[in-house]
Amino acid sequence: MFRTLLAKEFREQWRTWKAVILLSIFLISGLISPVLAKYTPVLLRSIPGIPEALMAAIPEPTISDAIAQYIKNTSQFGILLIILLTMGVIAQEKERGTAAMLFTKPVRRSAVVLAKWITGVSVILVGLAIGGFGCLAYTAMLFEGLPLGTFIALNLLMAVYFTVYLSITLLASAVARSQSMAAVGAFGGLVVLLVLDSLPRIGDYTPGKLPGWGATLVLGGHTTAWAALGVSAVIIVAAVALACWQLEREEI
Amino acid sequence: MIRIENFVKAYGRVHALDGLSLNVEPGVVYGFLGPNGAGKTTTMRILSGLARPDNGRAWVLNQEITQSGSDIRSLIGVLPEEPAFYPWMTAREYLRDFIAPLYGITGQTAKKRSAEMLEKAGLTEAADRRLAGFSRGMRQRMGLAQALIHNPQVLLLDEPVSALDPAGRKEVLDLIEALRGSTTILLSTHILADVERVCDVVGIINKGRLILQDHRETLMARYASPLFEVEADNGLDNWPDRVKLLPVVENVSVSNHTARILVKNIKEAQKALLAFFVAEGIAVRRFEIIHPSLEDIFLRLIEKES
Repeated sequence: MFRTLLAKEFREQWRTWKAVILLSIFLISGLISPVLAKYTPVLLRSIPGIPEALMAAIPEPTISDAIAQYIKNTSQFGILLIILLTMGVIAQEKERGTAAMLFTKPVRRSAVVLAKWITGVSVILVGLAIGGFGCLAYTAMLFEGLPLGTFIALNLLMAVYFTVYLSITLLASAVARSQSMAAVGAFGGLVVLLVLDSLPRIGDYTPGKLPGWGATLVLGGHTTAWAALGVSAVIIVAAVALACWQLEREEI
Repeated sequence: MIRIENFVKAYGRVHALDGLSLNVEPGVVYGFLGPNGAGKTTTMRILSGLARPDNGRAWVLNQEITQSGSDIRSLIGVLPEEPAFYPWMTAREYLRDFIAPLYGITGQTAKKRSAEMLEKAGLTEAADRRLAGFSRGMRQRMGLAQALIHNPQVLLLDEPVSALDPAGRKEVLDLIEALRGSTTILLSTHILADVERVCDVVGIINKGRLILQDHRETLMARYASPLFEVEADNGLDNWPDRVKLLPVVENVSVSNHTARILVKNIKEAQKALLAFFVAEGIAVRRFEIIHPSLEDIFLRLIEKES
């Protein structure tokens, strides 16, 4: 039964272009980041009439710029897309009536939530693998080779970071009775987390710390953010469990 | 097979169900009748596991469904009032790759069974079309196909023919008739002619309570107060007022050049009325005994309740 639900979710991701959109954006972001890091200073220097002092202040691009660009672009586009593509996955089924059709069949409602979550996480992982490979290849071409092990670690931390937003959006979708209400809940969660990320001390424990930890790993630093990873795991588990509980008890 | 005891369900201050009890025997087609908002869909939703009653108990196939942990969904088939599907799937994919495996039907069996269901529903030609393009009637037939794919012992059909054209209605009613005896069917509808055609037992619900439940034939006989419909060459000039004075006549109503005469005793009335028309010199064009339809009984009962 779970395999059927999972197969349906993967097929839906493909047929409705959701996976294609997400994978393309991750790939573009992975490819474009080292290019932007390498050529932005070149472009700035080529602007006619730029003062000498300013030209001297433009730093030489380094591998850390490529990593910073990759994290920034992938995070921004990734979070936005994950929220937009996930907010309707349960709410829309309730709104359209397909949930009522499905829940009269011998399926556990929590299995439906888990199938949607696993599909979402899988697409994120594949997206990061594709985007990461693009970034790895272009960085090697334009700068130097990145250490593979730590770059994979960076992407896994990014995956956890994205999964936090995926799980919160899934919870919003399970609670809401319409897609628009789910959007309000998901973007509300995003705002709360972004505010918490920016708070001193508290920000050390929020998921927003994870990409920075990943970057440090790639660049050979030693700073860790285990607490943020633990909090992220708690948020993910709590959000998915709450989504399951909510859907199990809800009248459709 | 299906037993409901004292179902109560409120949505805010509205009492959708107010002590509903009913009993559906195995193998019968049970016509669940009631005006809009009577509680039919709420009952169906509770029985199919989509909602919970505030009070009351229910058993389907001897399992108490209102008890936590019970799950009889693999044994029942449900067709909601407005069946909805994934627009990106084709009809065949929906049945073969999604619904059938949810009931444990896979591989060649799923392929064969879904093809059979598509044929029964008259959707073979549209089998590889996306469900997004299906008309309401096609969606309803598709809904019936998915409800039947696992040969359920109990079928819950909420307005199964309301969106169909006459030909489609006939096909679906034939399909329901063919299941009589092997499948217990609870069929809610507002099309009384369909109930009259396929249902063995009729339950009439109003304001969340069952006001009547009986075998269709018994019901028709019990509420049969024979009517005569009369049309005359000289129209309805004055004589309906005079015929009303006959002791055997209970009431006379006139509409569209036809007099409907409700009588106390059909045999006596037949003689008395014919004698009356002869005595009055009325040239009768049509003199017909009309038995009340289920619709007449339904309206009379609902009016009485109101």
